[in-house]
Amino acid sequence: MAHRFKLIRILLRAVHGTRLLSHISLFSLFSRISRISLITLVGLAQPGWASSMAVVVIDDLGIEHRFESPPQRIITLLPSLTESLAILGGESRIVGVDRYSNWPASLAGLPRLGGLEDALIEAIAKLQPDVVLASTSARSLERLQALGFKVVRLRSDTHADIQRTLWILSQLLGTPHEGPRVWAQLQQQMAAASQRVPASLRGQRVYFEVDGGPYAAGRGSFIGETLWALGMDNIVPLSFGPFPKLNPEFVVRAQPDVVMGEASLQTAMNARPGWASIPALVKQQVCGFEAAHYEIMIRPGPRLGEAAAIMAECLISLARQ
Amino acid sequence: MMATLHKPQADNADVDADVDARAQARQRLTRWLLALLLVFALAGLATGTQGFSPAALWAELQSDQAWLILGQIRAPRTLGAALIGALLGLGGALAQGLFRNPLADPYLLGAAAGAGLAMVLVLSGATAWGITLSLNPWAWPGPMSLVLAAFWGAIAGVALTLTLAQGALHTPRLLLAGVVVAVLLGALSDLVTVASPQALRGRQAFMLGTTSFLGWPAVALLAAGTAALTALALRYARVLDALTLGEDSATSLGVALPRMRLVLVALLAAATALAVAHAGLVAFVGLVAPHLVRRHAPGAHAWLLGASTAMGAALLLAADVLARAIIPPQELPVGVITAVLGGSYLFVLLRRQGLQ
Repeated sequence: MAHRFKLIRILLRAVHGTRLLSHISLFSLFSRISRISLITLVGLAQPGWASSMAVVVIDDLGIEHRFESPPQRIITLLPSLTESLAILGGESRIVGVDRYSNWPASLAGLPRLGGLEDALIEAIAKLQPDVVLASTSARSLERLQALGFKVVRLRSDTHADIQRTLWILSQLLGTPHEGPRVWAQLQQQMAAASQRVPASLRGQRVYFEVDGGPYAAGRGSFIGETLWALGMDNIVPLSFGPFPKLNPEFVVRAQPDVVMGEASLQTAMNARPGWASIPALVKQQVCGFEAAHYEIMIRPGPRLGEAAAIMAECLISLARQ
Repeated sequence: MMATLHKPQADNADVDADVDARAQARQRLTRWLLALLLVFALAGLATGTQGFSPAALWAELQSDQAWLILGQIRAPRTLGAALIGALLGLGGALAQGLFRNPLADPYLLGAAAGAGLAMVLVLSGATAWGITLSLNPWAWPGPMSLVLAAFWGAIAGVALTLTLAQGALHTPRLLLAGVVVAVLLGALSDLVTVASPQALRGRQAFMLGTTSFLGWPAVALLAAGTAALTALALRYARVLDALTLGEDSATSLGVALPRMRLVLVALLAAATALAVAHAGLVAFVGLVAPHLVRRHAPGAHAWLLGASTAMGAALLLAADVLARAIIPPQELPVGVITAVLGGSYLFVLLRRQGLQ
């Protein structure tokens, strides 16, 4: 049996073209087999291989979690993690979610288990999850760990975090190639969206407001990274951190060319002293996203490509004005 | 006692009857408190994701998850809530006796602000440098790290207040120093949350107070702390009695005031720190528990301290059960319940007669 697993693992690597290939002496033998039959072989072998394999993942706190087989009962306490699981094909294994998870819509019937800071410990315990997915720190997580549950803690602040999360989750699900595939797909979506951004707007400086504080999405946030991928610049430099609270004066001085945020944004901004002179507001270069779209944009999850497409869509409409 | 002093003309029979009535009132309250504690503790065991339901408790006992759900989750959180309430009740009675002010509460001397700041620092550190910190066995991610941080933060807050007031001798100075330290440390917490907004979530939960996450180790620690602190406080109850006559009279009665006050402040700080570290800023229990005791069965401080401890336990236990029972399977933050209940009680009391 062990021999068979080794063989299949080598086959898997062959399909995904890792550099290990060159070191495998048997490669010449395999190369005779046609590519199609290889894929069929893997396709047939994979389910059995996946469910009988022990899974080991290391979360973002550096803690190693060992599972005898890929977990079948999963609870997520963050919307972005729920979405990532669903995209990776683990939707049917989710047995409970936090109160903010609302995508995909098919999860609506699942038990709601509160938020990170007020997670319903008893309700979670009753569901007997194999693993609980959450962000890096909250008191509820310590309690769950003390009760003997496995809590995988994942950070999601940047694109790199999202990529790593997808990778870790796909390992957890026992389908390790899904993560890189979904990430590649996301990048394709972002590249496609970037292609559509009108040339006249490329390189223009955006102010993305996440809260009326005013808090901005800086160049270093995942939103800023998406804008950067679209070829747009940001008035908030990397050094300010991901979501800095700005002096309103800074925004007026920075004279953004385009302003983005929630739909109700424009009226609120025009009412702020001195803001009416901001070029983006004078020329009505404003992207006010409706609630459903805005939600996609502010979640660091697998709908990143969709968010980029919505931004591109708005930029196209701005260029037409 | 105080009331009898106001009636020097009353003859001995009257005074005796009065003393008897008060002793009876105290006995009655003791019986009530014990009964309430028992009832609420049982109600706590019977309140879960289905709300308050003894039938569900029976079903739960039959299931194979009984030990996990009842033994590991419901029992410790119910007991823990009672113990935290006890600590807050004790702290409130100590503070009100020490400052001779019915509006004093356990959070007065900077303990709350200190614990809050420590909590926010750990949370922001964990998000900013989570991986580096996790290499340190003394810090993150120890299972008690947030609790430990909050405890030492509370102690540090009170220590800072004492330094600023140059000891515990002058009441107004001590109170003022407490206010200054609370404002200062609170502002520092705000500053940290501006730099790392992720800590906001934890801070809000801390401000609201919660008894959801108490396990057996926490309960053991709380029980030991409550027992030790109550015993110590009862030993110094006579000092508080002497203080009710005024600081000068207390000194003339032979109380070594500077040292005694320092001891009492230390007890207050320890009780508050222990409670706050485990449950956050549960509002009003510390303020209301001594009032309820004084109103229904006034007495000397030995009685007041002990009864306030039991009253605090009963109050927070009831609030914890309510928090779970009102909108199951969701849970309300227990601090909101105590604030609403305690606030309305004081509101009614003030409307009716003004505070004694």
